[in-house]
Amino acid sequence: MLTLIVLLPLLGFVLNGVLATQLGGNRVGKNFVTVVGCGLPILSFLLAVKALLDLQAGGYVPIVETAYRWALIGRIPFEVAFYFDRLSAVMTLVVTGVGSVIHIYSVGYMAHDKSFGRFFAYLNLFLFFMLLLVLGRSMLVLFVGWEGVGLASYLLIGFWFDDLANARAGKKAFITNRIGDAGFLLGMFVLYQAFGTLNMDSINSGFAIGAAAVVPASLVGILLFIGATGKSAQIPLHVWLPDAMAGPTPVSALIHAATMVTAGVYLVARMSGVYLLAPEASAVIAIVGTATAFFAATIAIVQTDIKKVLAYSTVSQLGFMFLALGVGAYGVAIFHVVTHAFFKACLFLGAGSVIHALGGEQDVRKMGGLWKKIPLTFWTFLIATAAIAGFWPLAGFWSKDEIIWFALASERGGSPLLWAVATLTALMTAFYMFRLVWLTFFGASRMDPEVEHHVHESPLSMTGVLVVLAALSAIGGFISIPHFLEPMLPLPATHESLHHLETPLKYLAMAIAVTGVLGAWYFFGDGAKRAARVAQTFAGLHRWLSNKYYIDELYERVIGQPLVWLSDAVFLRFSDRRVIDGALNGLAALGQRSAGVLGRVQTGSLHLYAWLVLIGIVGALLWSWRHV
Amino acid sequence: MDRTQLLLGLAIALFSLGLLGVIVRRNVLVMLMCMELMLNGVILSLVTFAQQTATTVGAVLVFLIFVVATAEIALAIPIVLLLVRDKHTLDLGAYNDLKG
Repeated sequence: MLTLIVLLPLLGFVLNGVLATQLGGNRVGKNFVTVVGCGLPILSFLLAVKALLDLQAGGYVPIVETAYRWALIGRIPFEVAFYFDRLSAVMTLVVTGVGSVIHIYSVGYMAHDKSFGRFFAYLNLFLFFMLLLVLGRSMLVLFVGWEGVGLASYLLIGFWFDDLANARAGKKAFITNRIGDAGFLLGMFVLYQAFGTLNMDSINSGFAIGAAAVVPASLVGILLFIGATGKSAQIPLHVWLPDAMAGPTPVSALIHAATMVTAGVYLVARMSGVYLLAPEASAVIAIVGTATAFFAATIAIVQTDIKKVLAYSTVSQLGFMFLALGVGAYGVAIFHVVTHAFFKACLFLGAGSVIHALGGEQDVRKMGGLWKKIPLTFWTFLIATAAIAGFWPLAGFWSKDEIIWFALASERGGSPLLWAVATLTALMTAFYMFRLVWLTFFGASRMDPEVEHHVHESPLSMTGVLVVLAALSAIGGFISIPHFLEPMLPLPATHESLHHLETPLKYLAMAIAVTGVLGAWYFFGDGAKRAARVAQTFAGLHRWLSNKYYIDELYERVIGQPLVWLSDAVFLRFSDRRVIDGALNGLAALGQRSAGVLGRVQTGSLHLYAWLVLIGIVGALLWSWRHV
Repeated sequence: MDRTQLLLGLAIALFSLGLLGVIVRRNVLVMLMCMELMLNGVILSLVTFAQQTATTVGAVLVFLIFVVATAEIALAIPIVLLLVRDKHTLDLGAYNDLKG
């Protein structure tokens, strides 16, 4: 059954990819694409629910299903096996559930696109690889899924490849991820050498029974985390995610917010057996996560593209998840993955609905006053925004509050510094999200009259999905995922002395959310005049933030240009042109020149040749006569 | 001077005459004929040596060489014909296309 969950989206990819694209000559219409493209993921979701019920009936003993023996090297088999436990259950349900509703949303969003079939084929391909990733038992299968989602992400970012910028963004995402993958691969090599298997349950239990002496857990932890930084857009490999917004909005929602980017979080949670023994690696994760959360949030405050704001917000929230992982609260990180999937998918799809209504406009400076015109989009967007800002009792409050609590109180590396930065970031989150709401939906309209005239609410397939996701954002926090995962991923112990702070901190979280909203209202309520004045006062800082700390430029200077120089001057001009081409051209020139000299002997006069033959014969005869 | 020496002298004379002809004449057909002279000089020496050692192998070999020489001249004449058709001359000086 697990095999079927994974394979159904692949079937959708094959059907849509062959029949509904140029490849098969567009044999089928949009209805077929819709039924196959949405039906199979929904079927996968239902099967995943069934699998969860089976898991429950079996007393939560992990279900293992071997689909195929890939290779047998020596006596070690490499199998494509699926592993269904509490953690994969949560991830599978999120991937197929949120994936399905985003598929349904795409029907409306992409309705007028000429490559409708190709889009659904890619989306299904993505789901297939993502399910391979979360269900694989061996790291090898996980890695295939890991690379596969990277491929699907690349294909979908560059979906509208006629625009060079989109193609370039896809390439950037792909290449940045390769850097992380190198770390992941090295981690796998180290583990394989130490354990002789890549099955993650065996590796975890291997570390638990004290095989840690064989291989330093921190080394493995850091290497795997490098992989996670690539996929989950953490500093220093975060640069690809904001650019990935070049893809269609449902893609941003599904891949670059809800599912794929959380693969790194899943990986670390899955390998928690390693990280429990690797306090150094955990500390690195916590610091990188916190730093990412903070810096991404500061950038989000000044972005003017609605999707870019959400993208930086995603990077920031992923930072929160890694903070949770770093302080040992693996279940809480997965909890935030789930709630974040709900509200960020809702936000992206809401943004998609806004963009759809405005005919492709993404700049918030050209929006405003939309709340009356597209009310359903507005209300769902508002609920999701309140959820991410951390209003009680919405989903984001529960997960983020727990992360912040463990950042302070965990005995596995919690510290007041992490807590302070995380709290400040939470404040900024509320601020920039409500800034976005204010600029988009409130105030006077700044749209072109032409655009304003055409503003319309999106079709039911889109708004229906928004309502579902908004409802999940509202109540998702009551699904106590950390509790559900606790038998598998126990929560870290907390410092006894801090327990009296737990309740006040909850009130503080609320106060922070309210402060963020009030701040956004204060600065952006009055036609954003105050914000503009502040931006003018701190023009230098504003420029610094608008340009994302010039990190792209820095990478270009430090890595890009030296690489180009190296490739051009050393590899191309010296090595390729001078050494290799030079050697061949030199040989050819040598042949030509010697032929020019020797060619003079060939006079074309037969008599001369005959004379030469005669002289030769006489000479040979004389020589042999003298020497024999 | 006995008969063997006389015949060998004749063979050398034939060969030298042929070689001289090949070197000094420019007419292709004449050069071919001179080559035949050289060949016949060589064959005469072969026959002479065969007589001297009283073996029949040499005499048999002569017939083989005649057959090969006939075949060779049968190829050479058409080649000359083709060359002449191309340049309308028998003068060897015209055929220096392979000059380096």
